[in-house]
Amino acid sequence: MNAIWIGVLGTSAIAFALKFTGHSVPEKFLTSPRMLRINTLIPIALLSALVGVQTITEKGRWVIDQRCAGVLVALIALRLKAPYFVVVISAAATSAAIYRFK
Amino acid sequence: MFRATATQSLSVSFAVGLYGIAFGAAGITAGFSILQTCLLSLLTFSGASQFAVVGVMGAGGSALSGLATASLLGIRNTLYGLRMAPLLQVRGWKKIVAAQITIDESTGVAIGQEDLGPSAMKQGFWFTGIGVYILWNFFTLLGALGAEAMGNPSAWGLDAAVPAAFLGLVWPRLLGKFERTLALTSLLFAVLLSPFLPAGLPIILTALLAVLFGWRARA
Repeated sequence: MNAIWIGVLGTSAIAFALKFTGHSVPEKFLTSPRMLRINTLIPIALLSALVGVQTITEKGRWVIDQRCAGVLVALIALRLKAPYFVVVISAAATSAAIYRFK
Repeated sequence: MFRATATQSLSVSFAVGLYGIAFGAAGITAGFSILQTCLLSLLTFSGASQFAVVGVMGAGGSALSGLATASLLGIRNTLYGLRMAPLLQVRGWKKIVAAQITIDESTGVAIGQEDLGPSAMKQGFWFTGIGVYILWNFFTLLGALGAEAMGNPSAWGLDAAVPAAFLGLVWPRLLGKFERTLALTSLLFAVLLSPFLPAGLPIILTALLAVLFGWRARA
């Protein structure tokens, strides 16, 4: 079994186990204010890290290319309260345009 | 049957289901097959975790770092389950279905119906969870097929669509200065460490920043 399959099936198994655990243990567990606060912060940290790594690195090196322009346009679209779909499409269109004409 | 609740479930299902296209395309761009991409939507069924595993592995990260990042993002579903279980009161196969559709949106719509009482909350959970499940999987397949037909991901801007998708996921969570500071710190931290650590590890390590920020916060 190759790495991608391990990723797909492993992620799926753990994702379900996490969901099912929540439905199976009494509510008083895991709900201290600190735990709840950290829980809302973890996605912010990880998703922001992913934005950075996917935008300005490639194979472990810093690379500035068309992706930066695309993500910058996405940022502007978000500030203008554009729907999610417009955000993603505008980033893709910007990046593709620069890639083709550079 | 609560009509206002049903309308809300339907609109959330469509809006979120559509992101499935972005995920389908991201999976193919990262080198996952159509089957692997679709299985992630069917089995993992948690947008941020799915984007994380394809994002990390697509950037050269190991299966372990992809899995760890995705799982850290999935912890919040445990807390949603804790909140939903006393409301739903289900056993057997219904409990398995309920667990699988416990995500941001189903929990969010359920909590949003608090004023209308427990039966509206239950309806909100089931309608939204099942609606998102169907549409998310349908649009994942469409996105994967589309990306496969396109060929070179960079020529179509898919290389920027993936980080833009992450940005769109994190944006609504940046409610105040505290959250924005954590976001920016995590972004810089991961980018700066990327050349020096195995791919994926700098991302996972930012979870520690979240713990550090959350430990001290008074708010």
